[in-house]
Amino acid sequence: MSDLSVASSAAASVPPVRASSEGRAKVTVRDLNFYYGEHHALKGINLKLMAGHVTAFIGPSGCGKSTLLRIFNRMYDLYPGQRAEGQVMLDSANILDPKLDLNLLRARVGMVFQKPTPFPMTIYENIAFGIRLYEKLPKSEMDGRVEKALRGGALWNEVKDKLNASGLSLSGGQQQRLCIARTVAVRPEVILFDEPCSALDPISTAKVEELIDELKEDYTIAIVTHNMQQAARVSDSTAFMYLGEMVEFGQTNKLFTSPTDRRTQDYITGRFG
Amino acid sequence: MDVAGPYDRAKALSAFKLGDSVFYWATRISAISVLLILGGIIISLIIGAWPAMREYGFAFLWTERWAPAADPPVLGAVGPVYGTLLTSLIAMAIAIPVGLGIAVFLTELCPQWLRRPIGVAIELLAGIPSIIYGMWGFFVLGPFLADTFQPFMIRICEGVPVLGTIFGGPPSYLSLFNASLILAIMVLPFITAISVDVFKTVPPVLKEAAYGVGCTTWEVVRSVVIPYTRVGVIGGVMLALGRALGETMAVTFIIGNAFRVSGSIFAPGTTISAAIASEFAESDGLHQSGLMLLGLLLFVLTFFVLAGARLMLLRLEQKAGK
Repeated sequence: MSDLSVASSAAASVPPVRASSEGRAKVTVRDLNFYYGEHHALKGINLKLMAGHVTAFIGPSGCGKSTLLRIFNRMYDLYPGQRAEGQVMLDSANILDPKLDLNLLRARVGMVFQKPTPFPMTIYENIAFGIRLYEKLPKSEMDGRVEKALRGGALWNEVKDKLNASGLSLSGGQQQRLCIARTVAVRPEVILFDEPCSALDPISTAKVEELIDELKEDYTIAIVTHNMQQAARVSDSTAFMYLGEMVEFGQTNKLFTSPTDRRTQDYITGRFG
Repeated sequence: MDVAGPYDRAKALSAFKLGDSVFYWATRISAISVLLILGGIIISLIIGAWPAMREYGFAFLWTERWAPAADPPVLGAVGPVYGTLLTSLIAMAIAIPVGLGIAVFLTELCPQWLRRPIGVAIELLAGIPSIIYGMWGFFVLGPFLADTFQPFMIRICEGVPVLGTIFGGPPSYLSLFNASLILAIMVLPFITAISVDVFKTVPPVLKEAAYGVGCTTWEVVRSVVIPYTRVGVIGGVMLALGRALGETMAVTFIIGNAFRVSGSIFAPGTTISAAIASEFAESDGLHQSGLMLLGLLLFVLTFFVLAGARLMLLRLEQKAGK
């Protein structure tokens, strides 16, 4: 609708948001406010998620990072009393439009949660389930898609001999990669990670981070994390949020080495949070 | 104090030990008593049913005639067994989808303000004594079925081969279908209450994950909520089925007490428990033993149904992966 909705070649031309000099804005947030009933949880958020980039959200608990993430796929819609105001453009469509087809939106914007959430079915079905929602495929083709998704989730070699075992029989790290594979299988455009490694051991965490790095070739990625090293490792841009406000948003290496805001500096040096 | 410490501790520990073993035996005896009571009931049933078993043998299972006044009495279980299975089957066919539907609505879709009234209504439904259901079935549902519903069904199914028989026959206030409907209403709260409880145990994040790949509410319920809670749901259904198979008072009131197999669900029939309830007081000798044998049969029937449910659960689990 507005000029921002058109994918421009130079994202840097929009003054308040300086994320990365290349790529185009996949998601553009303008003047976003969010309410849990009376509680004003997000205050006037502006930012852009660049296509092909990883954007990390850091900040102390309760600052609104996860809330923001859950707006991108309208997950908050499941709960009465939660509402968002403002504009969140996914390409040229406003995500907050009440008439938007939520199922389609969630197919375009996938989400990986803090805890692994395999569905109560076999590993194969966990992947095929999402694909079947949108496509009717013959068995052979479905097998191919499942394999591709599991390879995409860096899980294929570990599970190829037990595709008919329950998804719940996997270890925590494998379950999380299964969830990533399931998300990828639907062929989304944006993938949201809500603290994807907080329940994982260091080795699994490393695998998931590697995976995120590979995925950013094809997807726009947003990740919420409490681990600042992780944000520094995986992301291109980082947003620091505090008490529902976007305090600072910029290139990751710049934000971590020379933050402009006092609060950002205090947080990343561990003085609070 | 320091010196007395270790001594006191040993004493306290030994007191704990005593308490522990008392607790262990108390719980153990409680558990064993279940086996004893169950065994006792089976044995006394077999003893009571023995004369009839000797007299009729396995023919009891496929004799339709029930003539306790004949000399010698002719007794057969086909009528009551047929009635028991058919009424329970129809009742479950109605109550399972409706009960699950209510549970899904209450947990997933219902606006907050409507939740309590419906929940309370379901609980009240469970609290109504069965004789009240019987009276209602007798005075309200029976006339409605006979005067309005059956003629309507007959008109619709006229000339259709199988359905014509199922809905045909002379109208009767007392019928298998009347009993089935009452049973369905009676077992509905079991299915709903238990399903609501287990649906609430589904982690919100799991549902969010399913919504997150783009599922509709129906797909989330079908593919995530019900599979996740299937053990609990099937438990609720089994509890309901157990009640439907054994329900006596309301059914005795409205089923018509006819010991025969009729193709029409609007015909009067009987169930095992209704037969026992209506005849036991005036029975003696072989007749009474025959009723005992019916009771034993109900016992066996219920056992097989429960075993079948277990088997189904196992197969479901295998299908979902171990």
